[in-house]
Amino acid sequence: MQQASEPPLLRMRGVGKAFFGVRVLDDVDLDLHPGQVHALVGENGAGKSTLMKIASGVYQPDAGTLELSGRAVTLPDPRAAQAAGIGIIHQEFNLLPERTVAENVFLGREPMRRGLVDRRAMHDRTAELLAGIGETAIAPQTRVGRLGVAQQQVVEIVKALALDARVLIMDEPTAALAEHEVELLYALVRRLQQRGIGILYVSHRLTEVFDLSGRITVLKDGRRVTTLDTAEATADTLVRHMVGRELSHYYPERAAPGGAGAARLRLSAAGNGRLRPVDLELRSGEVLGVGGLQGSGRSALARAVFGVDGFRTGQLLLDGVPVRVRSPRQAVRAGIAYVTEDRKGEGLALSQSVLDNALLAQHAVRPRWFARTARATTVRELLDAVEVHAAGTGQEIRYLSGGNQQKVILARWLAMKPRVLLFDEPTRGIDVGAKAAIHDLIRKLADDGAAVLMISSELPELIGMSDRIVVMRDGAIAGELPAGSSEEAVMGLATGAATSTEVPA
Amino acid sequence: MSTELATSTTPAVKAGLGGGGRSGWGAGSIRPVLIILVLLLVAVGIRQPDFYDPPVLLAFLKRAAPLIILAAGQYFVIVAGDFDLSVGSLVTAEVVIAARLIDGDPAATWPVIALLLGFGLLIGLVNGVVTTLLQVPSFITTLGMYLVLVGAVYTWTGGSPRGALSEEFRMFGRRGIDGVPVLGQLPYAVLVLAGVAVLAVLAMRSDFGKVLLAVGDNPRAARLAGARTARIRTIAFLASGLAAAVAAILLGGFGGVSFQVGQGLEFTAITAVVLGGVVLGGGRGSVAGAMLGALTLQTLLTLLNLLGVSGALSSAVQGLIILAAVAVGTLRRRT
Repeated sequence: MQQASEPPLLRMRGVGKAFFGVRVLDDVDLDLHPGQVHALVGENGAGKSTLMKIASGVYQPDAGTLELSGRAVTLPDPRAAQAAGIGIIHQEFNLLPERTVAENVFLGREPMRRGLVDRRAMHDRTAELLAGIGETAIAPQTRVGRLGVAQQQVVEIVKALALDARVLIMDEPTAALAEHEVELLYALVRRLQQRGIGILYVSHRLTEVFDLSGRITVLKDGRRVTTLDTAEATADTLVRHMVGRELSHYYPERAAPGGAGAARLRLSAAGNGRLRPVDLELRSGEVLGVGGLQGSGRSALARAVFGVDGFRTGQLLLDGVPVRVRSPRQAVRAGIAYVTEDRKGEGLALSQSVLDNALLAQHAVRPRWFARTARATTVRELLDAVEVHAAGTGQEIRYLSGGNQQKVILARWLAMKPRVLLFDEPTRGIDVGAKAAIHDLIRKLADDGAAVLMISSELPELIGMSDRIVVMRDGAIAGELPAGSSEEAVMGLATGAATSTEVPA
Repeated sequence: MSTELATSTTPAVKAGLGGGGRSGWGAGSIRPVLIILVLLLVAVGIRQPDFYDPPVLLAFLKRAAPLIILAAGQYFVIVAGDFDLSVGSLVTAEVVIAARLIDGDPAATWPVIALLLGFGLLIGLVNGVVTTLLQVPSFITTLGMYLVLVGAVYTWTGGSPRGALSEEFRMFGRRGIDGVPVLGQLPYAVLVLAGVAVLAVLAMRSDFGKVLLAVGDNPRAARLAGARTARIRTIAFLASGLAAAVAAILLGGFGGVSFQVGQGLEFTAITAVVLGGVVLGGGRGSVAGAMLGALTLQTLLTLLNLLGVSGALSSAVQGLIILAAVAVGTLRRRT
């Protein structure tokens, strides 16, 4: 893929950046060639997003140079980067949902004819661009709000292409996608590649990196650790470069066979608008994994148990006693904890301190007038025990990394001593090091007698952590699998391509 | 001069640290308003050299007390993410009701005061329930309540206030404990203010206060942590209604009974709260900041008055302060 004769599309040399005296990027080199997918990997805080922002004109480097096709450039602002042919696809899209695809693509530079927007030219040009990347299913006249996430992503890409982007930076492009949409993105990336576009691909998910990229740059603590051809790399070596640890240490040991105790939580024919009647048993001491595609009812199940959108029919028993859970408050009082997948949107009060976030459930459910200092001390100890790294417990939680924020939420629930814990994507958007720590904590909770239900889209995590796996499809449980089942078995049940006996290759 | 300043600011700083305020420069911090306040106090002191004589200073605090109390009430609502636009007309309604019911009869004073406090709580309750259970945006709920109260008061009185307040009732706004060493007269209004301030700061340092901040910051997260968000927000409206009742009792003592007594106070209170570093939309800022904001606003109005600026300009000044404080708050948050 690499043409040595041509200068690279984008060449970064010795790039450095510091904020308020803290060096976040130091002496980083990177070459991106036409038609190349260059993966950028590293833990959170390794400097990936800073590097991306320098390449797209958001930040100015303190040191180093940028070259585009052999010419030295400076990119004083994002507009300059666009004009120079650098497009960026953010995790969160910059689209106007009430406008059409074509209007979004040509926003602010609509083709004009006799002083009016030339809609036909705009639509034709958009259709052309869509066809050029093989996306004929999207009509330029469609309102963007009516499109699915994957199609909106396509619109973002077309927006960049309409500006003649030759370098495309993609920031965690699969983060927002459902599993079956990821394949579509893969195909799209390959077509862009064929058109000679260079793609800088930033992702946490190593599978994608191996599937798509030709070359990989690993960043750690703001420095480039190594750059290597994907063909030479293995998941083990990459993770070692990222954290200095072997992949095999990744998941804690499962519960001993027969280690699970009595049934803590039992659902019998429990259903609501989103769930067909579900029968499920969750035992003390076990981690029950819940797999399935997005929208299969995994989160709806956890949210129903926690009383967010409660069950309408059937029964919920806690330690054998029927319980009615009609609000999160009742769930918390009954000894249930829920760690949401949307940490910032639903998990944290971002402007409040680390300590107040850790104490939130206690403040809300068990308000006290006395012994408040003792309670705060206990929570501080918990925060230490789960190894939260913060400037202090008074620091605003927004400034913590995703992994540390998640640990604070864990501490919040640990302080409530729950009987049942529900985790929804517990390690989404969390760097590798913190991920392992959270896995260890989840296992320890189970070992201490809690019943744990863990939803995960990441198959290695689901399989590595769970003592049993149930897979959901269309709001119902499609099947149950034992510990250590294969990814194919899970996907087979999730997609409905197979029953648990029939597994496609 | 420095001793008075020290005594008036020290508890506020402490409360700021404990009550969800930030000690630094960021949005929600009380440091900027403290600096503005000190500068204004210096300016007033230059213009009116006897301003720092204890009796003069106490008289000033007495005049500022209703606004500070209203700002404390408004703070609870704003920090939970809502607005209370009904407080101005509620103050008017309370004073008019008091005059008509007391009608100069000293024996009616205490029952009527109890009734006024209850009426404030009732209006707060209605505001809270309509906002949380019927899910009407508080801006609309309290604007509606504002109009309802204005209309109801006019209708009830037939167009002009009737009756008179008793001397006992006016005592809270006018009189004080005489013969206090150094200070001379210690006005009851200042005592009431101190009581309200202590209660407000304690409330924000309690578990309730923490949850209130969390509800304003992220209601979904607060709910998922087990908070009864509707109840918490309703309590904030109750606090605001009660504060309006207390402010009305003080204001009734200051001046005469008229339909103008509460006019525009809702905006003055919101200006004060915002000036105190409290972020509109909720979740950031301390009640001490809100009260300091009210004191600062009162000082500014006093200074403008001393400089001979027309009173008509004061609403323009308030408008500019709201715009500037929100804009600066947004900038500070962004960095």
